[in-house]
Amino acid sequence: MLHPDDIGPTPSAPLPPLPGHVSRGRLERVLRRGEFAVTAEINPPDSADPDEIDRRIRPFEGWVDAINATDGSGAHCHMSSVAVSALLIRLGYSPVTQISCRDHNRIAIQGNVLGAAALGVANILCLTGDGVQAGDHPDAKPVFDLDSISLLHTIRGMRDDGRFLSGRRITLPPAVFIGAAENPFAPPLDYRPLRLAKKIAAGAQFIQTQYCYDMPVMARFMARVRDLGLDRRCFILAGCGPLASAKAARWIRANIPGVHIPDAVIRRLEGALDQRAEGKRVCIEIVQQLHELPGIAGVHLMAYRQEDSIAEIVHESGVLRGRTPWRRDLVARLQAVETQGAA
Amino acid sequence: MHPADAVPRQGRARPPLRRRSLRRWSVRHAHGLARFYRGFARLLRAAHPLFARLGYARLEAPAAAIEQAVKATLFDCRMCGQCVLSATGLACPTNCPKGLRNGPCGGVRADGSCEVHPAMPCVWVEAYAGALAMRAGPPLGATLPPLDHRRAGMSSWLQEARGDAAS
Repeated sequence: MLHPDDIGPTPSAPLPPLPGHVSRGRLERVLRRGEFAVTAEINPPDSADPDEIDRRIRPFEGWVDAINATDGSGAHCHMSSVAVSALLIRLGYSPVTQISCRDHNRIAIQGNVLGAAALGVANILCLTGDGVQAGDHPDAKPVFDLDSISLLHTIRGMRDDGRFLSGRRITLPPAVFIGAAENPFAPPLDYRPLRLAKKIAAGAQFIQTQYCYDMPVMARFMARVRDLGLDRRCFILAGCGPLASAKAARWIRANIPGVHIPDAVIRRLEGALDQRAEGKRVCIEIVQQLHELPGIAGVHLMAYRQEDSIAEIVHESGVLRGRTPWRRDLVARLQAVETQGAA
Repeated sequence: MHPADAVPRQGRARPPLRRRSLRRWSVRHAHGLARFYRGFARLLRAAHPLFARLGYARLEAPAAAIEQAVKATLFDCRMCGQCVLSATGLACPTNCPKGLRNGPCGGVRADGSCEVHPAMPCVWVEAYAGALAMRAGPPLGATLPPLDHRRAGMSSWLQEARGDAAS
């Protein structure tokens, strides 16, 4: 069932404030209630068509608690993350607005944070961003005025102290739930939990990790995270996604910064009759194992060109335990019941 | 990032770290160099009255030139004017193509090389090794503020003497 705390006066309005919450969005509520959260991301359109957003989220409508709007991911130009977020809010969805340091300096970033919050954004994910060499404009000037940690610190200062980095006062601070990324699979592996601690100290309240295909490495990372008590100071959502084939997996491993796929996973895909189905199977197993891993608060699904499979992965893994995340038709039905009941 | 957004890398090698061997030597000897610098910093602070009498403005250009010569040789210093070497295991973070001040990004390759320039070892992987060698508290524990771009090219030794150093 849909939790009553997650229903606002209208689908696109901020939810009524709750004590102990920094934001008025659904994601923070789901996590603070201790429910296993599911988030997904969409690749923003290369188009000025607003209906494109609706089409892209339809396949997993009702299966996720929040949708990430990526910010020029892989240094490619797409519709801006703040605009995608505003369009998602218009439809009633709760976006996680990604902000990368690659394309904006501190003046532009802080302006975007205020603008996003004014449009109803409740969650912001702070990223350094991929280098420009990875994208379609390798000739662009990389900005990197801030890094992910100073970005976290900046946004927390805007929210909690009501001040810009310059010290100038903000009349209505942005009420945002602040997140960061972490990659448990990139060297130096020993340092990754300490880096997570640094991000939490700088303001991170939730974490979305890089794709997880290696459970032993993830389990070692989480053991250290629990030793440091970090899982009690932030909500950790582990990233995962289905691999379309062994060939795709090899290509991703060689070409996408920071993605680690063990040989065993690739061999398993190669040995399957239907590699796509096997890729989905691997993903479901990982989601189930993550659900059992102490300290993991949810999963973040990245299923590029396999958006249809998100619903199946969430359903077949059973991690929602019968819970229904918010969706448009459900709210319409609830309202219909209420109207009929009143009549 | 999305798989769709990845393009095959071109093996465009950057000519970046000119004196790679010395830079690596410095990181390997981070513990001793850091001890040496602590002594040097004490001397700088003791020299403050003298520097003040001579005039810091007059000293800026020659001090910056000497500092650049020494630190470019040892650390591939880029003279950001707010030196944080003692917080970064003596590996200069301005050599990071993303200009990170607070540790490695998530794109470090499995062999420890840089996401942007595959031929170059990640500055922060070196910094972590250097910080471990320095044995001074949790490695890379301090959170550093973003760069003040007005200070670029200025001597951080004189800032140390004046007592307004970045770290």
